[in-house]
Parts: sequence; structure tokens; C-alpha cells
Amino acid sequence: MMASQSKATKNAIDDYLAPATLSDALGALEDGEATILAGGTDLMVQTQSGRVGYKQRLVNIRRIDELRGISEHGGRICIGALVTITELLNNTLVAEKVPVLAAMADKFASNQIRNVATVGGNICNASPAGDSIPPFLVLDADVELACLRDGKAATRSVPITEFFTGPGRTVRASNELVTGISFAVPQAGFIARFIKSGPRPALEISAVSMALGGVVENDVFRSVSLSFGSVAPTAMRARKAETFLTGKKLDDETIRAAVETALEEVSPIDDVRASIWYRRHLVGVYLRRLVADVVQG
Amino acid sequence: MSCKVEIKFTLNGRPEKAIVPVDLNLLAMLRDMFDLKGAKYACGEGECGACTVIVDKLSVNSCLTFAVDCDGREVRTVEGLRATDKLHPMQRAFVDHGAIQCGFCMPGMIMQATHLSDTSPGLTRDGLKRGLEGNVCRCTGYTKVLDAVSDAMNTEGVDQ
Ligand SMILES: Cc1cc2nc3c(=O)[nH]c(=O)nc-3n(C[C@H](O)[C@H](O)[C@H](O)COP(=O)(O)OP(=O)(O)OC[C@H]3O[C@@H](n4cnc5c(N)ncnc54)[C@H](O)[C@@H]3O)c2cc1C
Repeated sequence: MMASQSKATKNAIDDYLAPATLSDALGALEDGEATILAGGTDLMVQTQSGRVGYKQRLVNIRRIDELRGISEHGGRICIGALVTITELLNNTLVAEKVPVLAAMADKFASNQIRNVATVGGNICNASPAGDSIPPFLVLDADVELACLRDGKAATRSVPITEFFTGPGRTVRASNELVTGISFAVPQAGFIARFIKSGPRPALEISAVSMALGGVVENDVFRSVSLSFGSVAPTAMRARKAETFLTGKKLDDETIRAAVETALEEVSPIDDVRASIWYRRHLVGVYLRRLVADVVQG
Repeated sequence: MSCKVEIKFTLNGRPEKAIVPVDLNLLAMLRDMFDLKGAKYACGEGECGACTVIVDKLSVNSCLTFAVDCDGREVRTVEGLRATDKLHPMQRAFVDHGAIQCGFCMPGMIMQATHLSDTSPGLTRDGLKRGLEGNVCRCTGYTKVLDAVSDAMNTEGVDQ
């Protein structure tokens, strides 16, 4: 089946299903004619404003326990698609092993939205400003997908760096469900930080967001990963700036040159939230701030 | 027109049934089908919190909640807070502190404050502010609201 960038075909829903198991859900999605409902915080706003229409069937996945939970096995952490932002904020495994996700969750929307908004919905909505995406990029996460093929469940993992194809667009096929996201438990000493713009602590759609991860040993930066939101059609890794920073001592000159490198990689737009000039300015400010933060540990 | 589905749920402690279009939001169901006008329609996009209700012990924006998804769940609105003839302690605190202003946003504020009080009893005053970030008061009467909620939750500490 082709990747699902199909515009909504109609606005009236003919059929509604709320499957309780993953296999029933995959059956309900098999013909590619279904809109998936998770927390609904994007879907309700987008459909009511007419920006997005429904397909003929609405499949509510919130009854599927297999899509819940945060677990660790075999050196990897798996976060179910239905895990909410509130759960990320309060989870002990997250606090211990990937605090950057809790820090991100703390800056996400409001309490009411966090209580229902899911990780799977945030990723599948594919907004360049989706807050969970820069941290998952820095963690080198894989998006886990499942579909029915010849009557059997088939799964695949897509590196999150390859998941997004444009604003609101992904490689997910219309018969596929995102079941979760997984990543290797970060190595000892790995530190990651997240920052997003906005005068208020919450309810901001960021003009620029950024995540930086790595290991600082004897003042030298290793295993550097850097990602940006809202400065390109999709959230992105800043590979050139990463390469530049790797193995370097983090002094002022290095950081200044890293900012210049990063600015070559981004392609921000002017919109209601910020101008190109301001977004580029923020890239510099935030990169300096995150490097200082990571160095401090 | 979208198809309709029958749902069964608990509304303010009572079992209820409704036949709802699958794209209907919970706020519209409460106001138009159950005549519960406490939750307000204001921004319609989850920015203002005037429609806040509690579903299965979590506060939500009812304007963004699909009514069909309430099947089998427990929905609590401001009308269901008071027991018999006595106001709920959170309502009482809002009255005692004059945290009313024009009143329009207060049912949502009270529901969010009740959720905070039920789930995070030890919150500091700054924590309360963060917890109420999703509720806008158009009259900008936040200080008395914070006083009322702090009082109801016995919050320690002063405003910064
Ligand atoms: C007031 C407000 C404030 C917000 N603030 C923020 C913010 O600070 N940061 C931020 O990043 N976002 C924010 N958002 C956007 C939104 O809340 C998030 O993107 C949220 O994570 C979406 O999750 P959901 O479960 O509600 O998704 P839904 O609305 O249910 O779904 C979103 C999209 O993903 C698809 N989908 C959902 N789950 C799956 C799955 N498992 N497999 C395949 N497709 C799926 C749906 O079909 C739909 O197209 C805000 C939204 C509102 C209304």
C-alpha cells in the first residue's frame, strides 16, 4: 500500500470501531480507509476547522492495552503509542534513564492536554513543531509500525530520521498503525537537554525547539547528537554541526563556529509565530544555551 | 452526517446512555443532550480550559474529547461536584475568596483545581500556577483563584 498522504476523502464518518486488541485494530485498518483516533487533541481541532477530513471509518485505538506502557528489555526502552504526555512526565523509568523526555513533557501544552495527548499522536501528526520529536531524534529512536499482510500481523521499524517526509506527512502507509517508539538505553554519562521557545512555560507552539545530547569527558564532547524543530519542513538532525562539535573542547570559539555550521543546515520560514530572522537568531541563542547546560552536566 | 453510536457511561455518579454522532465532542453532548451548562464553549481548541471536566479521574478539555470515547467511562462535571445540599470544598473556597469575576471561566477552573487537589495534594503555590496554566480567566482575576485553590488545598508558601 502507498504511503498515506491522501487528503481526507469525505467529512461524514460511516463506521466507527473501538477495537480492544491490536489484531482487531489492524483488521479495521486493512483497507486503508480509516482515520485513527488516539487522544484526539490534534484530530478534533483539525477536523472541526475543516483543515483535515475524516476517512469513511473512525478507528478509536484507545481501548488497546498492548499500545500502553513504558518498558525496558534487551537494552532498549519501548514507549507504547498510547502513552500520554502526563505519563512521560511522571514515569520513574523515564526520570531515571531519559530525563530529557520528562523535561520535554513539562513544557508540553497544559495539564488537560497532557492528560490525553499521546506520544503516537504527536509523532503521527508530524508537525515540524511536535515537541517529542527533537528528543526522540537525539535518542536515535525507531518508530514501530504494524499492519496486516496476507491475514498476518507484519511489523517494521523505521528510524525516526526517516519517518517524516514533510509537514503532516510520514512514511506510514494508510493500513499501518504506529505501535510505539523504541531506542537504546543511553550510555553511561550521556546527557541530553531540550529547549523550546515561548514566553510562557506552557501552551506554546514553539517557534524553535532543540535537543542536544552527548557525553562530555575531560571537557571534550563525544557522541554528539543535535536536533531542531520548527526550522525546516520536518524536525531534523543537524549532522554537520554534530560532526563539527564531536571531539572538540567546548570553548567559545567552537560554539561560535558550531552555530554558524548549524545555520547552514536550517531552512526556517516566516509565519505567524516568528520571522526567519528571529528563528535563525534563536538557533544561535539556544545552541549556546544547550551546550552550556550539557557542559555543566 | 456521520453515523451514530450508542454509548453507556457514568455521568456525575449516575449510569447514562446516549446515541451520539461519532464526531460529536463531549462538551456539545453535555450541554445539548444533558442540559449541563456548567462547562462552557469558548475557544473550542483546548487553549482556554473553560470546558474542563473530569473523565476517569483526569481533567480534560471536553471540547477536544470525542463523546464516543466516553463509552464505559466516568464523566464528572461541575454540576456533580456538590454532595446533597453542601458545596464541594473547592466550590466553597471559590465563594469564600470571591474568586468569581464574571463567572464564565470558573466552572472550568473549579474542575481543574479539583483534579489538582485529587491527584497532586502537596502542590506548592508555584505548582498550582503551573497546574492552572490551561485555564484562562477573561477578566484576568487570577489572584483570588489562586488564593481559593491554595486555601482549599492548604498550600504552603507565598506568591513569587
Ligand atoms: C491547546 C493545544 C496545545 C498543544 N500544545 C502542544 C505542545 O505544546 N507541543 C506539541 O508537540 N503538541 C501540542 N499540541 C498538539 C497535540 O496535543 C499533540 O500533537 C498530541 O501529542 C497529539 O496526540 P493525540 O493522542 O491527541 O493525537 P490524535 O489527535 O488522536 O492524532 C493525531 C494524528 O495522528 C494519527 N495517529 C494517532 N495515533 C496514531 C497511531 N498510533 N498510529 C497511526 N496514526 C496515529 C491520527 O490519525 C491523527 O492524524 C497541542 C494541541 C492543543 C489543542
